[in-house]
Amino acid sequence: MSLKLEINPIACEAHGLCADLLPELIQLDEWGYPILADSIPIDLEAHARRAVAACPTLALRITRAKAHHENRKAS
Amino acid sequence: MTAAPGSGAGPRSRDGGQAAGLVQRLTVGWHESGHPATLREHAHRYGDLPRRPSGRTSVHDLIDQVTAAGLTGRGGAGFPTGVKMQAVAARRRSAVVVANGMESEPASEKDQALLARAPHLVLDGMVLAAEAVGAEVASLCLPRSRNWLTSIVQLAIKERENAGLASIPIEVHELPHQYVSSEETSLVHWLNGGEARPTMTPPRPFERGVRKRPTLVDNVETLANIALIARYGPDWFRQAGTPDAPGTMLTTVSGAVAEPGIYEIAGGTRIGDLLMAARADADIEAVLIGGYFGTWHPIEAVASLPFTNAGLGRVGSSPGAGVLFALPKGSCGLVEAASILGFLADESAQQCGPCQFGLPAIAEDLSQLATARPDGNPLDRMQRRFGVISGRGACRHPDGAVRMAASALSTFADDAHAHIQGRPCPGAVGHPNRAALPVPRAEGEWR
Repeated sequence: MSLKLEINPIACEAHGLCADLLPELIQLDEWGYPILADSIPIDLEAHARRAVAACPTLALRITRAKAHHENRKAS
Repeated sequence: MTAAPGSGAGPRSRDGGQAAGLVQRLTVGWHESGHPATLREHAHRYGDLPRRPSGRTSVHDLIDQVTAAGLTGRGGAGFPTGVKMQAVAARRRSAVVVANGMESEPASEKDQALLARAPHLVLDGMVLAAEAVGAEVASLCLPRSRNWLTSIVQLAIKERENAGLASIPIEVHELPHQYVSSEETSLVHWLNGGEARPTMTPPRPFERGVRKRPTLVDNVETLANIALIARYGPDWFRQAGTPDAPGTMLTTVSGAVAEPGIYEIAGGTRIGDLLMAARADADIEAVLIGGYFGTWHPIEAVASLPFTNAGLGRVGSSPGAGVLFALPKGSCGLVEAASILGFLADESAQQCGPCQFGLPAIAEDLSQLATARPDGNPLDRMQRRFGVISGRGACRHPDGAVRMAASALSTFADDAHAHIQGRPCPGAVGHPNRAALPVPRAEGEWR
């Protein structure tokens, strides 16, 4: 099961440390907010964990790529 | 008069000759009386609520009936209501029911009209849904900018109390009126003492909502339909509409039509028929479908399509909360789209960067294009920014704004190229010939 990065966009304050630490998977948009790659290759897992740990607002996390089906709006 | 569920009787209506697709279920009597239906009038139209000897409606029975009826949410997303009720009822903790009457979409008026004309139908639905999912209280959320509506509903609640019909308490809450305040997580957050802004999901409200309880959030029109299904049954419900769009749907039609307003249509009614019912101008060229989160289309591409999720899916559109706007000939679609996008940018909850900064950026791009005063190439900038902004918010506000803007660029592509070459369409110059699309001011309050 592959891992992926996930951002809480409400918590993110565009510090940009994640993109400094993990440029292979994270780019910043023109306003400084991270754009994440789809999944984390195995050889970058350690770097990804470092990027997650570095986020000052704890907005970044690693999840399993599977559990991503229920984010539909149900109203 | 009480019709047995499934008897096919339906409400009493003096249904005269109607245009194609028009039906009277929720709108029975709207044109005869100019006031909210009293409890007496309500009972005369629809009959009393069916009751078991215990005084309560049977729990799983109603959820099964709603599921069999194929009712889907009328707030915009179109999720199957029975599935949602089942999910809430299946959880261990006792539940909460929230009726969503916020209707923050400026081009929609059907929820206000329903609450103002048939408040008891919505209240019936709230009580029935609460009993079915095991809730001890039901809350109705209204925008505080419409206190006239609150008064109508509170009078109706008083009437029920006086008649001894108040089986569970119904609370009315007045929330800040912002575009994203009607998102279901905003309601839950506000009811929990927070601001009326969307929150991250999961958890969805059905898992953990008001006071951490499983919470059923349903649009008021959805709840009114539950009140009909409880009375007349799923087979009756399906007598209107099509298999993939059963029942009726309240729509708000505006723009270049002689008779703008609320139309109740059978599911599957074609867009062209709805426009004809509202006596649309013969020369309209484009429509906005689904409201400010919706999509622009050339009229000839959609006139023959049913006004349903399935019917419009093939052109990348959806009826949303049943909104249809006909762009008057002589108006510039880019000007209209730019004013909507400016509104949506102002209405961002300012929580997520891509929405907070991205929407004003594309609103500025589109405004440059609409006024034919480009700085660089706003068309190219927008196309690039659309892909960056979409899908990166906690809620779908940025996605909806991008979808609306992108559809304007494709529907009005010829105009866009003329504008960028300094040749704006006549409707865009001087005092632009603004259509009737309302652009309210952001209230700026969240609590």
